[in-house]
Amino acid sequence: MSFITIDKKDWAAGVEKSRETYRLFGPVKDDNGCQFKSLDAGVMPDMEAGDTVLSAKSVLFPQSEKILTTTLDESKEDHHIMKRADADYTPRAVIGVRPYDAKAVQLVKMNFDTEDYRDPYWCDAYEATTFVGLAVNKPGPTDFSTSTACGPFSEDGLDILLADMDDKYLAKILTPKGEAYAKACGFATAADDKESQVTFDVLRKAAEQEIKTCVATDKLAEKTILDLHEAPFWDDVAFSCLNCGTCTYVCPTCWCFDIQDENKRKDSTRFRNWDSCMSSLFTRHATGHNPRETKTQRVRQRFMHKLKYFLDKYDQGIMCVGCGRCVKSCPVNIDIREVCNTMNAYEANKGE
Amino acid sequence: MENPYMPYPVRIDDIEVATEDSSLKTFKFVFLNEGDEEKFAYEAGQFAELSIPGVGEIPIGIASSPVEKGFVKFTVFKTGVVTAHLHNMKVGDIMGIRGPLGNWYPWDKLEGKNVVIIGGGFAFTTLRSSIKYMLDPANRSKFGNIDVVYGARSPGMLLYREELYEWEKRDDINMHITVDSTDDPDWKYHTGFVPQIVEENAPEADADTYAIICGPPIMIKFTQPSLVKLGYKPDQIIMSLENRMKCGIGMCGRCNIGKELVCKDGPVFTLDEINQTPKEY
Repeated sequence: MSFITIDKKDWAAGVEKSRETYRLFGPVKDDNGCQFKSLDAGVMPDMEAGDTVLSAKSVLFPQSEKILTTTLDESKEDHHIMKRADADYTPRAVIGVRPYDAKAVQLVKMNFDTEDYRDPYWCDAYEATTFVGLAVNKPGPTDFSTSTACGPFSEDGLDILLADMDDKYLAKILTPKGEAYAKACGFATAADDKESQVTFDVLRKAAEQEIKTCVATDKLAEKTILDLHEAPFWDDVAFSCLNCGTCTYVCPTCWCFDIQDENKRKDSTRFRNWDSCMSSLFTRHATGHNPRETKTQRVRQRFMHKLKYFLDKYDQGIMCVGCGRCVKSCPVNIDIREVCNTMNAYEANKGE
Repeated sequence: MENPYMPYPVRIDDIEVATEDSSLKTFKFVFLNEGDEEKFAYEAGQFAELSIPGVGEIPIGIASSPVEKGFVKFTVFKTGVVTAHLHNMKVGDIMGIRGPLGNWYPWDKLEGKNVVIIGGGFAFTTLRSSIKYMLDPANRSKFGNIDVVYGARSPGMLLYREELYEWEKRDDINMHITVDSTDDPDWKYHTGFVPQIVEENAPEADADTYAIICGPPIMIKFTQPSLVKLGYKPDQIIMSLENRMKCGIGMCGRCNIGKELVCKDGPVFTLDEINQTPKEY
């Protein structure tokens, strides 16, 4: 761990230089707001853009990803035998990722990299990626990342954490991957480590004070799954929900996916695509039977997965980093902060 | 570690119509690559993804038994896009199998115990695998009494009829075959629904007896009270669940009941375990 300073005048040239060894991803403004995208030559990450509409999860987990391919042409010797789809796992760096999105990657990793199975697509992408974070100096009104073991200056999952100091970045190099990236950029102006840490702490405290909502999660673990599942408030929570799925797509920790085959003439490709637990089809059996038939069941599934099942399964906190995107994007103002507080405060069998 | 999404290539070696209405067919597959059969080593009760390139994948219980070598068998009900396609495929066609997946019936725990197997309709596949496994000369002495209650709508809807009638003749397994109804005047076995046949024929519970149930939700629902009447406790009732699945390896997120993933933490659970989860199956 060490600090360097990067003069903003040198920033663009350094980032450009890193392209010699890295593919770059970062926030880019477009007609749909601001998204994390692969940065074509000459395109710089937009470091002033603020919150992106979608999280950075797509850098490791594209919305649609080829996983296997084959030919259906029976005159070919290897017809109907699937092969892993080609993909580029050369080093990549995602620049300007927010601390909560980096923390989310660590939570998602628990799903894709397990004792029993390793998802090679996600894991290979993860290993190829260097995370260059940008601390959030001015958290927005829906940011509640201080309630989720994260926060605007969280270092969890980052290789470098940049703090914007107007004319320069103060950069904390956190890992060997981060060190290698700084070197590839030619950023090497050492800063005094002690002084820099003090500066970071001051900025962090100021940023944390901007966050006004406090979400309570302390009592979630002690409740039973069945008590929370059977709690009386789910119809109210789900009442206005349209099941549009926006919350799941914008969420940095939502990892559910579908697998579909697509054919073009005799070429067949197996894709995995983002899926959403808000969709009725997500769980519908071929017989028509559906264990989560109703809207309330599906809304409950989303919150229970994030705030209870994940917590119980891994004992690593809740599956939410407090980015506030679902709060901001929900067309009917369903607010995970309120739902979490309701769940946390719920006592089964009281007053009966 | 290998790519868990990559199916082993297999060739369809045989297709057998399994029921009188042709809604079920049994597919026998052989592995194309040497060594894949060993990698696919499975236990009775596990399932696999049948993977048809260009069409998709379906999770199906393994009907062949670990004691049968040289092939794997699956009995498939024609119900959706992939199963309908599979029913139209022919011997010699190439496709894939991914697995084995999920847990299995707790054979370690069942050693030295009496086992009551209860199945209904086409949910008899992994139970067939289990019976073959237990009856194998190398394994039979590991288990106490074996009782099997198996029912279908009519005689022609029973799976693996030849085997059932052969097992019926043996003295080391008590078969209680039943059909909902039949016009056949020569029908030698029971007539009646599974829950009733269980109540009348299954052994009463004791500490050394376990029941394994696999069947449609309605049969499971009505068989539970019969077992309770016979004294079975929730941890002596072992069930295999089904849910919509895609990945089969606990990652895609749709098959959960509470925090348990049916594909990876299951599909086999005790009733005791299921009682602690939301009934989302």
